[in-house]
Amino acid sequence: MKKLVALLLAAIMVLSMAAIASADEEGKVLNIYCWNDEFKTRVEKFYTFPEGITVNWVITPSDNGAYQLALDDALKAQATADADKKVDMFLVEADYAVKYVDTAYTLDVIADLGLTEADVADMYQYTKDIMTDSNGILKGLSWQACPGGFIYRRDYAQEILGVSEPDQVQEYLSDWDKFDAVAAQAKEKGIFMLSGYDDAYRCFSDNMETPWVVDGVIVKDPAIEAWITMTKKYTENGWNNKANLWSPESGAGATKDGKVFGYFGPAWFIDFCLAGWTLDDSSAPAALGNGSWGEWGFCEGPVGFSWGGTWVCAAAGTDNLTLVADLMKTMTCNKDVLVDIVKEYGDFTNNVPAMTEMAASDFSNAFLGGQNYLGLMLKNAQNINRAQSTMYDQACSECIQNAMADYYNGVVSLDEAWDNYFANVEERHPDLTH
Amino acid sequence: MSAVSQPALKRKSISYSKWGYIFLIPFFTAFIIFTLIPLANTFYNSFFENYAKGLEDVGPNYIGFQNYVKIFTKESLDKYLLNTLIMWILGFVPQIVVSLLLAVWFTDLNLKIKGQGFFKTVIYMPNLIMASSFAMLFFVLFSDAGPINSLLETLGIGKYRFLTYAPGTRGLVALMNFMMWFGNTTILLMSGVMGIDTALYEASQIDGANGWQTFWRITIPLLRPIMAYTLITSMIGGLQMFDVPQILTKGSGTPNRMSMTVIMKLNNYLGTSYNYGMGGALSVIMFVITAILSLLVFRALTRESRENAKQRKALAKGGVRL
Repeated sequence: MKKLVALLLAAIMVLSMAAIASADEEGKVLNIYCWNDEFKTRVEKFYTFPEGITVNWVITPSDNGAYQLALDDALKAQATADADKKVDMFLVEADYAVKYVDTAYTLDVIADLGLTEADVADMYQYTKDIMTDSNGILKGLSWQACPGGFIYRRDYAQEILGVSEPDQVQEYLSDWDKFDAVAAQAKEKGIFMLSGYDDAYRCFSDNMETPWVVDGVIVKDPAIEAWITMTKKYTENGWNNKANLWSPESGAGATKDGKVFGYFGPAWFIDFCLAGWTLDDSSAPAALGNGSWGEWGFCEGPVGFSWGGTWVCAAAGTDNLTLVADLMKTMTCNKDVLVDIVKEYGDFTNNVPAMTEMAASDFSNAFLGGQNYLGLMLKNAQNINRAQSTMYDQACSECIQNAMADYYNGVVSLDEAWDNYFANVEERHPDLTH
Repeated sequence: MSAVSQPALKRKSISYSKWGYIFLIPFFTAFIIFTLIPLANTFYNSFFENYAKGLEDVGPNYIGFQNYVKIFTKESLDKYLLNTLIMWILGFVPQIVVSLLLAVWFTDLNLKIKGQGFFKTVIYMPNLIMASSFAMLFFVLFSDAGPINSLLETLGIGKYRFLTYAPGTRGLVALMNFMMWFGNTTILLMSGVMGIDTALYEASQIDGANGWQTFWRITIPLLRPIMAYTLITSMIGGLQMFDVPQILTKGSGTPNRMSMTVIMKLNNYLGTSYNYGMGGALSVIMFVITAILSLLVFRALTRESRENAKQRKALAKGGVRL
């Protein structure tokens, strides 16, 4: 009996000490939810975690909304989860960022995390607008802005147009009519203007006049209808390679022997996707001569647009508040880090003065044949407007691309494709109608 | 035995039947927790409007049969049922034919095939691969720029965009299901064939029957119960077809939602917005369909033996000894 009492006392002591300890300092495990390793590689490169911190990257791919499902489950269990299992930080994408902004699951960057207005003053306004809730509270930050352009093969430009420098190529591609004309010329040389169905999608979807969903009703926007008309025309004329987005064929089009003239994309697309596709030997260093790497150029293309963007949010209930705040501040507000990210990964980072300075500097990107493309993105970046965002954007984008692929392939009529699209969105979101 | 000791003896007689019940407890506990309660829950949920809109929950609100009405009027369930059925039949027909052939060959006393263990292992192997990795493999193999298409082009047949057209996609799903399950069916049928009395084969050979005749007159009729079992389990599995087409088409059921199975539809209800109401209603409908189909098939395939039994009874009544 005595032994038992002693044991009990000892247990109580240990427990109370543990309780004091945890109240004093923060948790030792940092859980970060994301859908790929883009942010992870940047953090590991430019941020040093304090001694004794275990960083847990919980990565779920975003296809079919799988990432949101995993994240939502974790967030809803946040209140009852063990301190070390709680979500501390999570990433959201432009297509569904809105879903998390106006909720209690995200923390106020200023009041809760202790960042100042001055810290975020240099960021592109749209990156803050999208993360500001209905009460005007800022809920997340991004290290990047995502103005896009047309990334083309210089050797094919030379072959088709007789010029290869970005400003000269841009003259041939400055509106859609000219773009079509070049596509027809490319076809004569056996080159596809675009890789496939979804490549030009963001040029149109980012310039929509209405949101995807208005008051619970799914809307057909004229910009999307223009994308459908254009892509059908390109498919029938043989101006694209009939690939779906992120398919092996789409990537294969960018290799040395690939026959694709160019891709639409923002800065992250260049480094995170395209550069990898161009390599013949992915284990060899990325350099000129390895596949088509380094033989590309960047021009503004027919229309300004943005694509994607990743925001970092602090999860309510985190037990690592100071660490989360410091990580966010370093990765999104620290001008030096943001400049280093541009140099290392070619991102267009979220800092107006830094980008303006770098656009005027001798910064060059080897993948783009030594071009300083930042200048071409500057104006575009200021014009990005994400006011049309809804939480349904990812479902709508995914479903319309799937449904319309059948139309482009000639499997269904346009009306059938729209019906398939509506059916698909509505079974995913029962609160919507058309 | 004296009369005095009798009560004592009575007391000593022990009933072991309670042990039977005790040993059944683990099964029933597992059954109640993992089958009965979820089943009841599914029925219950199907009468509610209950889903997530973004991060907020809608419901549960009791709405009676509205989910069912919606499924039958607006959700074109017939299309997805037909898709499922077509892909299942496309896979099942070759599966039963090939399995039957292999089972008969492997058990044939005259052929005496060597290395049976090896072959059985090999044909069973695809079943051990996860359906998802199998589907991923096929997705890469049969993609527009994949190895199969290069092969077809080299052979001069020309490219076929398998995943763009319904016959290609459905064919691939059926082919995968066939490859995954024919080994399993073969082994089942073999055990059935081996259960047939060899004396029957010997007798028929003495009477001059050839292989074809013994197959149709002896093997097939006596294999009927095992075939019924195979058909029913395969049908239930087929109705629940999900992983292969889901991975192959990345959940979209393309082209034109022609490879979208009922369970993929169910997954769409649950996958984004936790729509337990519609999901529950669809599950209940599937439960009923499965039950009816199983009953029909079972009755059809066992009709003969039931009729035989009846006949036997009638004859016995009439005083004829069989």
